[in-house]
Amino acid sequence: MVPRPFRIISRHRETRDTITLALMPGPDGQAFSFEPGQFNMLYLFGVGEIPVSISGDPASPRRLVHTVRAVGATSAGLCGLARGDMIGVRGPFGTAWPVADALGSDVVFVAGGLGLAPLRPAIYQVLSERKRYGRVFLLYGARGPQDILYRAELERWRRRLDVDIDITVDHATGDWHGSVGVVTEIVKRAGFDPDHAVAMICGPEIMMRFTMAALQDRGVATEQIYVSMERNMKCAIGFCGHCQFGPSFICKDGPVMRFDRIENVFSVREV
Amino acid sequence: MKTLDQILAEHPFFAGLEPRYLALVAGCAKNLHFEAGEYLIREGESADQFFVIRHGKVAVEVHVPGRPPVTVQTVGEGEIVGASWLLPPYRWAYDAKAIDFVRATALDAKCLREKCEEDHDLGYDLMKRFLPVVVSRLHTTRMQLLDVYGSPR
Repeated sequence: MVPRPFRIISRHRETRDTITLALMPGPDGQAFSFEPGQFNMLYLFGVGEIPVSISGDPASPRRLVHTVRAVGATSAGLCGLARGDMIGVRGPFGTAWPVADALGSDVVFVAGGLGLAPLRPAIYQVLSERKRYGRVFLLYGARGPQDILYRAELERWRRRLDVDIDITVDHATGDWHGSVGVVTEIVKRAGFDPDHAVAMICGPEIMMRFTMAALQDRGVATEQIYVSMERNMKCAIGFCGHCQFGPSFICKDGPVMRFDRIENVFSVREV
Repeated sequence: MKTLDQILAEHPFFAGLEPRYLALVAGCAKNLHFEAGEYLIREGESADQFFVIRHGKVAVEVHVPGRPPVTVQTVGEGEIVGASWLLPPYRWAYDAKAIDFVRATALDAKCLREKCEEDHDLGYDLMKRFLPVVVSRLHTTRMQLLDVYGSPR
């Protein structure tokens, strides 16, 4: 429950309102291990604490990476920090993407907007053992070309011959030569085997709802679909109840959840 | 070299169309190609044909005064461009521009409308192919309007 001090070692602007921070452990110097999909509570001293997914490589436990979008006082404050500044970190918390369970299957990552950040550790892990998986797809939807995260990395992955990357934006101007349309359209045309695929989805809940429908239309079983849920989190250890989602707490039973286990609650509008 | 009947039969949009109808449709068809940057469709012009895309990608654009054109959709291989030829006043409501080299088959709208009037079974078959495209595009447009990736308010 006590935040550990971490120092910012690099700061990279991803988009107009989104920053990626790389952190290293402070005075205690202990490495930070986590599983893909987990999150931390980031504490901006004197301002507040917010949950943020870990977006770095699980194979680099001495370099903790978070991508933060400035939407409130704490997140805007985090985005405004500079190299050398300290923050507090509690975590890691929550459940992980089923990277090991997907061995031997096609893997379909579907990301929307900032949802690429929580998926990136799982992508790193799958790519590090690429030969142990079937076909790998990264289907990514963003608002516009200027809102695409991790551009350099996407371009690098795209140059690989063993990953299918399809990116679409809601609308575009200028010299964008990629697809324009919604992410469900690229789900429809992706060449995965629905009988032997594991899908991991992260994005705004409405995007995940439509994506789930598109995956089910393709014949992917609900027990093969995983989503990362988001609710207002405070304690992150299942005590305060802020993140209750039906019978579950997102902070400890999620954020990554198998869709067939939450399907009934997911469709309830008031939850 | 493939005949137009064969080319259309291989395109997903016409998959399963009866051979006698394929021959009728092919009678209204011609092959075209467009270089990157060339326009297939211009807003306000008469919708006198539609395009079956066989290769390349097309941007559906809306001209906005004082701003660069906004691309609201891209259409690729295996898809079609243009539904305004189906209903009066048969006028395009957007631009469609080749993003890269595009091979398409253009279907003459007047020719096809006349054949559909003469044979309502053909017309019904074509409507069953166009309606899902139009409905799907309506759904995606709704999703785009929701601006789901925008900043939370």
